[in-house]
Amino acid sequence: MQTNAKTPLMRVHGISKSLGGREILKSISLNLYEGEMKVLIGPSGGGKSTLLQCMNYLIAPDRGHIELLGQHIDPGNHRELCLFRQQVGMIFQDFNLFDHLCALDNVSIALRKVRGMSKKQARERALSELDRVGLADKGHLYPAELSGGQKQRVSIARALAMDPKVMLLDEPTSALDPELVSEVLAVIRGLAQNGMTMIMATHQMGFTRSLADEVLFMQEGRIIEQGSPRVLLAEGSKTRTLDFCSQILDVEGGV
Amino acid sequence: MHETLDVLMDALPYVLQGAAVTIVAVIGAMFLGLFIGVPLAVGQVYGGRLIRILCGLYVWFFRGIPILVLLFLFYFGLFTLLGLNLSAVVAATIVLGMTSGAYQSQIFRGSILSLSRGQLKAAQALGMSNAMAIRTIILPQALRLSIPGWSNEYSIILKDSALAFVLGASEIMARTHFVASRTYQHLPLYLTAAVMYFILTWIGLILLRSLEKRVRIKGYVH
Ligand SMILES: Nc1ncnc2c1ncn2[C@@H]1O[C@H](COP(=O)(O)OP(=O)(O)OP(=O)(O)O)[C@@H](O)[C@H]1O
Ligand SMILES: [Mg+2]
Repeated sequence: MQTNAKTPLMRVHGISKSLGGREILKSISLNLYEGEMKVLIGPSGGGKSTLLQCMNYLIAPDRGHIELLGQHIDPGNHRELCLFRQQVGMIFQDFNLFDHLCALDNVSIALRKVRGMSKKQARERALSELDRVGLADKGHLYPAELSGGQKQRVSIARALAMDPKVMLLDEPTSALDPELVSEVLAVIRGLAQNGMTMIMATHQMGFTRSLADEVLFMQEGRIIEQGSPRVLLAEGSKTRTLDFCSQILDVEGGV
Repeated sequence: MHETLDVLMDALPYVLQGAAVTIVAVIGAMFLGLFIGVPLAVGQVYGGRLIRILCGLYVWFFRGIPILVLLFLFYFGLFTLLGLNLSAVVAATIVLGMTSGAYQSQIFRGSILSLSRGQLKAAQALGMSNAMAIRTIILPQALRLSIPGWSNEYSIILKDSALAFVLGASEIMARTHFVASRTYQHLPLYLTAAVMYFILTWIGLILLRSLEKRVRIKGYVH
């Protein structure tokens, strides 16, 4: 874990957001340091997805701002916004693959259209990313022909191809059948071990205990607890985080 | 009977030339409608308030006025006022195309809205500009989904094209009318015209159906 002496890779400063007349995010601030893995936990409707989407301005926050490497991002400047988003990978709960493109093209399209790579270069890069997630032989398949786990791995390859500095993951395994969860977690574990900076909403407690540098417990638009999983999830600690996690473990049959 | 057959045989090449005019006008109107309808649909779904209102006004105007009125309004009114010396066929094609643009925009709009919002987000998250995301991710899928609606639109334009006759465009209907009023063989001649429209509808639907099959995405059920 890093100390606060270093500048954070990404800085979230005082983000607030109201939707449908309700304040969903209440002045959230956090820092992501290089190589760090933060996990967002909390009850449904607490604002995790909204926060993650504010972090790359897919949802425009009402107040607050984001900095990447000390640089303030102005979302009103569309060019600057697009450049910023290229450096921030995002993984969605329901994959959001491009349905009309095969796996290979899903990964290569942004390389060609955004990065301006040649078809051949983009193809080679896409193949190597698909290989990294164990799908080198599935490039010709369309999203409708892939399993959920394979789709999510393609979406990770698609994000990685852009060489992101940081990845935002919104419950990447929640839409998967239980037997497909581990193949996706294995890929994410590999990323963490290679030093990718990440923030991930998840309910995977075993994964969180072993890999998270910090756990953020979010409820009703606020981060109400944060700390290392060893402390927050220690047996017998009286934290809300532990309380919440033991509830979901009960529901899931104590995985 | 013999006389009827002679008239028909004489008239057929002449009316078939009218079919060529009809085909050109209908294809022209379909494509003009496509080029107008796509931006209108994008404007209506993704545009700001002003753009949405302007697109809405266009659609409202062309959907709210009978084609016959539009044909007269543009051909004798607007085009003359602008000093445009257009032939009746060209004028009719433009009016049919502009009207079809309004209807096609509603087909495309429905298709765009039926796509998951998530794909647009994924494209934006990769750093695509909004315009690029719409062009490369949304429209290729929306256009595929629009082909059945397009078939419907084709058969409507084809039938509406008969109205071009009132401007003096020498399409199927005008030529049939011309021969019928000289030979008094109304029934066989208008039946021939009806059969021609029927065959053209059928051919168009088959072609569009095969296009739909050709561009189908593997494993995709919408
Ligand atoms: N477009 C919207 N309009 C109105 N309310 C919204 C909108 N989007 C989200 N909300 C509300 O914001 C709150 C937070 O939603 P969010 O999806 O961020 O929660 P979450 O922590 O990700 O929950 P989950 O664990 O179920 O994914 C919810 O109460 C939701 O109903
Ligand atoms: Mg969520």
